[in-house]
Amino acid sequence: MRHRLRVNPIACEAHGLCAELLPELIRLDDWGYPILDESAVPPDLLGLARRAVDACPTLALLLDEE
Amino acid sequence: MSTGDGHHGLPRLLAGLEPGGPMSLAAHTRVHGPLPQVPAHQLIEEVERSGLRGRGGADFPTARKLRAVAERRRVGPVIVNGSETEPASAKDRLLLARLPHLVLDGAVLAAGAVGSRKVIVKVGSDAGDAISALEGAVSVRERDPVSFEVVAAPEGYVAGEESAVVHYLNGGPQLPKFVPSRPYERGYRGRPTLIQNPETLAQLALVARFGSRWYRELGTVADPGSALVTITGAVRAPGVYELAFGTAMSDLLDAAGGPVERLQALLVGGYFGTWMEASEAASLRLAREDLRSVGCSLGSGVLIALGESSCGLHESARVISYLASQSAGQCGPCVYGLRSIADSVGALAGGVAEPRERERVLRWATEIRGRGACHHPDGAVRFVESALRVFAEEVDWHANGVCDARPAGLPLGGPAVAGGRLR
Repeated sequence: MRHRLRVNPIACEAHGLCAELLPELIRLDDWGYPILDESAVPPDLLGLARRAVDACPTLALLLDEE
Repeated sequence: MSTGDGHHGLPRLLAGLEPGGPMSLAAHTRVHGPLPQVPAHQLIEEVERSGLRGRGGADFPTARKLRAVAERRRVGPVIVNGSETEPASAKDRLLLARLPHLVLDGAVLAAGAVGSRKVIVKVGSDAGDAISALEGAVSVRERDPVSFEVVAAPEGYVAGEESAVVHYLNGGPQLPKFVPSRPYERGYRGRPTLIQNPETLAQLALVARFGSRWYRELGTVADPGSALVTITGAVRAPGVYELAFGTAMSDLLDAAGGPVERLQALLVGGYFGTWMEASEAASLRLAREDLRSVGCSLGSGVLIALGESSCGLHESARVISYLASQSAGQCGPCVYGLRSIADSVGALAGGVAEPRERERVLRWATEIRGRGACHHPDGAVRFVESALRVFAEEVDWHANGVCDARPAGLPLGGPAVAGGRLR
């Protein structure tokens, strides 16, 4: 099973925790909103990805299973 | 299906159009004949053979859209999406205000094809002529097997998005949503819903009358039929014209009286479209494949000519500033990104840009693409990228303080050519 990160841009308020917790796959644009690596999440980063999803204050970060 | 008794050549949709108010039902019936009775499956098959595609900008095959709703149960209303929110476009307003019965014919036929009993026409609340024409038209159509409702709604650039239309008619704010909208599954009040552009329905009304073979007498194999094109900018007679697909771009401009001066560029597809150099246009036809070869698409059928005395960079700065102001305000990358891009393009046009400002705009454009809940930011950055490509020299001139262009007066914030001259 593959996993992919996705953000709900309406819910996101640019808190930026995700990029701090998962810089391998998430960086911030010039206004603090996340730019996601859209390829499948490598298995060794899956735990950190879940932690970033849980940490999002507005529940905007999503981890989709395919 | 009756075939062969349709009028040959152009105009088709605009046949019988006279200056002044809306065409009466009697005049409409005289020009096109009565509303035909066509079994649902037969109509969808005929539309499929015609190759008709949606004329709101997405180019989606109309038969597929009809079938997606027709195969479901408990179908909701047919929604005529009259939110012509592209500022330079005037064709849908023209159809609704002057040829309301042709559009309503198409809506009634489409309702029959998908098993719907209701037609809702959504139109901008500032389009007074369209609202009164529709209300008048609806009041005299007594034989239709559907009920009609005309809904006037406040407009904004994203108000025409299908998800925003359904959201509004369901009693919510007129905003796009994050969850992808599939109106054919869950639309108006959760029912499968067909949403169509007015021109698409008007074309459908003629396909139902005269058949797909007649429809294909004009146009190319890949793009059959005719299209309404709003031609504006540096032409002698700006307005809405009906032209066959496959028409040379130079003939398009001639249809609008020809250029008033030497042209430097054309904006194809409106403000969600892309600039092309006038020299590129010479070898192109009004056809999807030709336009795609230079990175353009017809969008909702807008062609804006920019004369050599105007400055493409200045005009682009105005347009992107307008597009930034039309963000629904929901998504950060769109709100802040488009505002920043607009400020930077304004600085480039004003000759007060920072070093590498152009590169920064292009990086932002790449980063913003695909990161909104709707496609508003995508269209806006596509426009900006084409502007910086086609007007690259102007960026350098402005940095050195050299530009003596005159304002082109491109329409912003409302259809400036509505009611304009017609052929």
